[in-house]
Amino acid sequence: MGKSLFEKVWESHSVRTLDNGQTQLFIDTHLIHEVTSPQAFGMIRDLGLKVRFPGRTFATVDHIVPTDNQTEPFADPQAAEMIKKLRENCKEFGITLFDISSGMQGIVHVVGPEEGITQPGMTIACGDSHTSTHGAFGAIAFGIGTTQVRDVLATQTMAVSPLKVRRINVEGRLRPGVYAKDVILHIIKTLGVKGGIGYAYEYGGSVFDNFSMEERMTVCNMSIEGGARIGYVNPDQTTFEYLKGRPYAPMGNDWDKAVKRWQAFASDTDAKYDDVVNIKAGDIAPTVTWGINPGQSLAINERVPDPAHLPEEERAGTEEALLHMKLTPGQFIKGVPINVAFIGSCTNGRISDFREAAKYLKGHKVAPGIRAIAVPGSQIVAKQCEAEGIDKVFRDAGFEWRGAGCSMCLAMNPDKLIGDELSASSSNRNFKGRQGSATGRTVLMSPVMVAAAAVTGKISDAREVFGLGELATA
Amino acid sequence: MALEQIKQVKGTAVHIPGNDIDTDRITPARYLKAVTFDELAGALFADERFSQDGKEKDHPLNNPRFKGANIMLVGSNFGCGSSREHSPQAIYRAGFRAIIGESFAEIFFGNSTTLSMPCVTASKNDIEALAKAVEDNPKLDVTVDVEKLEVHYGDKSFKVKLPESARKGLISGHWDPIAGLMEAGQLLDEFDEKLPKATKGAAQ
Ligand code: SF4
Repeated sequence: MGKSLFEKVWESHSVRTLDNGQTQLFIDTHLIHEVTSPQAFGMIRDLGLKVRFPGRTFATVDHIVPTDNQTEPFADPQAAEMIKKLRENCKEFGITLFDISSGMQGIVHVVGPEEGITQPGMTIACGDSHTSTHGAFGAIAFGIGTTQVRDVLATQTMAVSPLKVRRINVEGRLRPGVYAKDVILHIIKTLGVKGGIGYAYEYGGSVFDNFSMEERMTVCNMSIEGGARIGYVNPDQTTFEYLKGRPYAPMGNDWDKAVKRWQAFASDTDAKYDDVVNIKAGDIAPTVTWGINPGQSLAINERVPDPAHLPEEERAGTEEALLHMKLTPGQFIKGVPINVAFIGSCTNGRISDFREAAKYLKGHKVAPGIRAIAVPGSQIVAKQCEAEGIDKVFRDAGFEWRGAGCSMCLAMNPDKLIGDELSASSSNRNFKGRQGSATGRTVLMSPVMVAAAAVTGKISDAREVFGLGELATA
Repeated sequence: MALEQIKQVKGTAVHIPGNDIDTDRITPARYLKAVTFDELAGALFADERFSQDGKEKDHPLNNPRFKGANIMLVGSNFGCGSSREHSPQAIYRAGFRAIIGESFAEIFFGNSTTLSMPCVTASKNDIEALAKAVEDNPKLDVTVDVEKLEVHYGDKSFKVKLPESARKGLISGHWDPIAGLMEAGQLLDEFDEKLPKATKGAAQ
């Protein structure tokens, strides 16, 4: 019987079994940022411990950095304090920091892959739930809490329980105007926001075989929104081509050896899975959320649910979501006015996202009264956009073109919704309050759909707005 | 380095109704702007409990009847969303020592266990019956028996679930894994030697 990538990586990184039965797992690569690490360094100091293998930890600042003006001192003294602490901690313990002045700063899940730090067959941990992103490379990547950040700093290991593996096949061809974001929103809707609890998701099938690394990252990124702590795609030629020549990737003879090693991690063809789910690519439409969790989504031309027609146990949650979103039961989502358009985040803030949106934005203008913000996921993404003139397309259309960071994905910097503003957002969470206002409303969608919403001033079907191929019937 | 053994949590309970309560609701992001966890108790459900002008809203945690509760009753998928340990830290620092729910998001569950706060699961019916009893009598004594995996209140009781690793860790006082992890000693160096690491422009 063959093994899955998950099993192979797990076995090769198991240090020993702990007294409580959990596995002590070695973590090859540890990523940290300013929000969840200072307390962990505090705990290390309190316990009189050291960072065991500082060469295995990499740091960046992303969550609190302002994206309008990044010159220091920051206007927000708390943000300044957090970045100062990170710098001190990295310096004291000898940890590489991709600081603002480095030209390589950005969202931790954009920077790791970009630098070639994220590699197949690795175990990766980061005090951030979207660490699942790195699974796109065939890595087993865990989002962890701060106490676990401490554990990894002190021992390069953590205590974990094994997961079951669910294989999700998406076969066929995606229709025009349907993107990786729609694929993952569709998967979460199909399996539910808690469907993945206890599982690692292995994504495969022809859609994933044909996906670029950035598309794979978008899907793996949101695994956590479906309850799965981990999502991954088996490494293949696309993975290796992406990594080749990146600063932290192996070189020369080592490259060939590494590729052999990486290939061996891919799931065997006769691997046994705890569950298998098959999804038809042709069933996936441009998808948007209507509620307050990422599973509350629908195809762009569908109506939001009517609690009266739902089973008893779904009614209260649906009512609460509709109330918060200020939507009427059974109304169409298309046409709902927006206030803010946001393109960015670790889900959809990469070069391909801006290229694709720019392709259609060209020659269009953001509708009057709409605040539209484009935030590159990293300084490297920003630079590349600027080299290709993409920033100009966004600016000409009426978007604000910003510096790299998390920005309005969680609004810990000055970018926030005001009152009950509605945001068309390429990020990953539509939770109440997520974008900085307790009554703010978030509708998740692909970057091209955000562009369509920005130019029409309402939630729109990008296929209609931009004349994008055949119109779906879904 | 055994710590306090968490065999039972006794006290009174409060019910926070709703499913899929995410960590942004438990601790809104603006409270993450701190370099320690010390001030977090006040962050707990801040936006659900207070309006923007600081007025108290209708929320079980604002209800004086449930003041002093140390056991939280919740629905399913509690603690979903971000990995922020700020959420269980805020719950713990607000005085809670156990949570009974239909299900928990995994990272939240792990973070809570490491703080010595058991998150046990029970059926919807059992939780609702207990919530009703607590609603009728907020001073009702409730016991979460982590060792026997039962909850007792009044003359009633029901079974709860907890993964064996968490149960063992809690009742033996080994809920914080650091000591066990450190014991690997030499083995850690062997793994560091053996497993590749990302290195700038260099060999693996
Ligand atoms: S972009 Fe959003 S989800 Fe991604 S790391 Fe930043 S805050 Fe988290």
